[in-house]
Amino acid sequence: MIEIRDLHKKFGALHVLKGIDLEVQKGEVLSVIGASGSGKSTLLYCINGLEPIHQGRVVVDGTDVHAKGTDVNKLRQKLGMVFQQWNSFPHLTVLENVALAPRIVRGLSMAEARDVAAKQLGHVGLGDKLNSYPNALSGGQQQRLAIARALAMEPDYMLFDEATSALDPELVGEVLDTMRLLAEEGMTMICVTHEMGFARDVSDRVAFFHQGTMEEIGPPAQIFGDAQSEHTRRFLANVR
Amino acid sequence: MFDYNFHWRPVLKSLPDLIEAGMVTLQVAVLAMACGIVIGLGLALIRLHMRGPLRWFASAWVELARNTPALFQLFFFGFGLGAFGWHLSPYTIVLAGLTFNCAGYLAENFRGGFQAVPDTQIRAARSLGMTSVQTYLRIVIPQVLRIVYHPITNQMVWAVLMSSLGMMVGFRELSGETQFFASRSFRIFEYFAVTAVIYYAIVKIILGASRLMALRLFRY
Repeated sequence: MIEIRDLHKKFGALHVLKGIDLEVQKGEVLSVIGASGSGKSTLLYCINGLEPIHQGRVVVDGTDVHAKGTDVNKLRQKLGMVFQQWNSFPHLTVLENVALAPRIVRGLSMAEARDVAAKQLGHVGLGDKLNSYPNALSGGQQQRLAIARALAMEPDYMLFDEATSALDPELVGEVLDTMRLLAEEGMTMICVTHEMGFARDVSDRVAFFHQGTMEEIGPPAQIFGDAQSEHTRRFLANVR
Repeated sequence: MFDYNFHWRPVLKSLPDLIEAGMVTLQVAVLAMACGIVIGLGLALIRLHMRGPLRWFASAWVELARNTPALFQLFFFGFGLGAFGWHLSPYTIVLAGLTFNCAGYLAENFRGGFQAVPDTQIRAARSLGMTSVQTYLRIVIPQVLRIVYHPITNQMVWAVLMSSLGMMVGFRELSGETQFFASRSFRIFEYFAVTAVIYYAIVKIILGASRLMALRLFRY
């Protein structure tokens, strides 16, 4: 379980997260929606410790992410992350991109790491691209590569940071299909997204962020059909 | 009118010695570059990530190496240290001077290379649980090496050519050897013409090897 209590984050004078309280249960799919700059992506970075926090606690399976003495590198193996810019490693082949972390972080042998990588790449539909370099892939394929790379660490949670925002419209579908597949397999996911269709169809709950606060959270039917907050209604009216 | 008579025979007679001296030139340049790459990488990392005395030291090194004549740098290691009673061999003087100079230039190349690798690459690597050392060794430095590969090749060429300053501190590399033979035979033009061809050949071999290596190293 991911447990967030009174989370505050500032960038200089900018107060980006203003006291977030949130729990995400194992197996749950949570979509986080809201306007740009509302703190959605920062929330993900605070969950896996890529950004330090100013106040509050983020606890993953009983481990306080930001406590002194926490081995964040070990903790991050539980928390797969997929970025808006897919960030494939350009100097490594598709297979090496995925096999590297299992080998040097999880300590698998070269052969084991390659097996894991090939399996995950097959899972996301890139089984025929193992020896290609990322620059030979489309944006959608590179994003699926990023998903496979995160999955190869066998994480318990997946964090998606606007995984489809940088893609050409015709490539969005293949990435969303992969995310749907993961959700169906029971992966715990937090998806920061602008894809309202995905948030409505796939999520167990949807959280709406507004100016650094979590304005509203609830099942998709409630958020999309009967939002309590004026800000939520206005945001959804604009994006539809 | 032009009444100079060329005499190539003495040059051809000492050609084996000149080629041998060319190998010395190549050797000192390669060694200076190898040391320069390691030190330059260190200087760049210090300038990017550290504060305080170490950073001042790295900055001073880069400033001096890039903004003073290479000849003065050699003189410093030769006559400058000599004045304090520290007498280095001509070979060591040239190796130290070239290393000092190359490290300064390469440090700036590396710094540019590091800044050209997006921060998001580091974030992606760290998000997979890699330590900062693993991230640098596996993700950042391989990309930096590609970015600075051609500048490094240029620096290698520059190191070969700059080693000719060694003759000013009595080092018998290619230029020093040429000077020695030329002053004995007075066939100065012939000797330096042939030596120029040898320099040209060495540089062409370096550029060819560099291109072949790039094809093998960078398949992406």
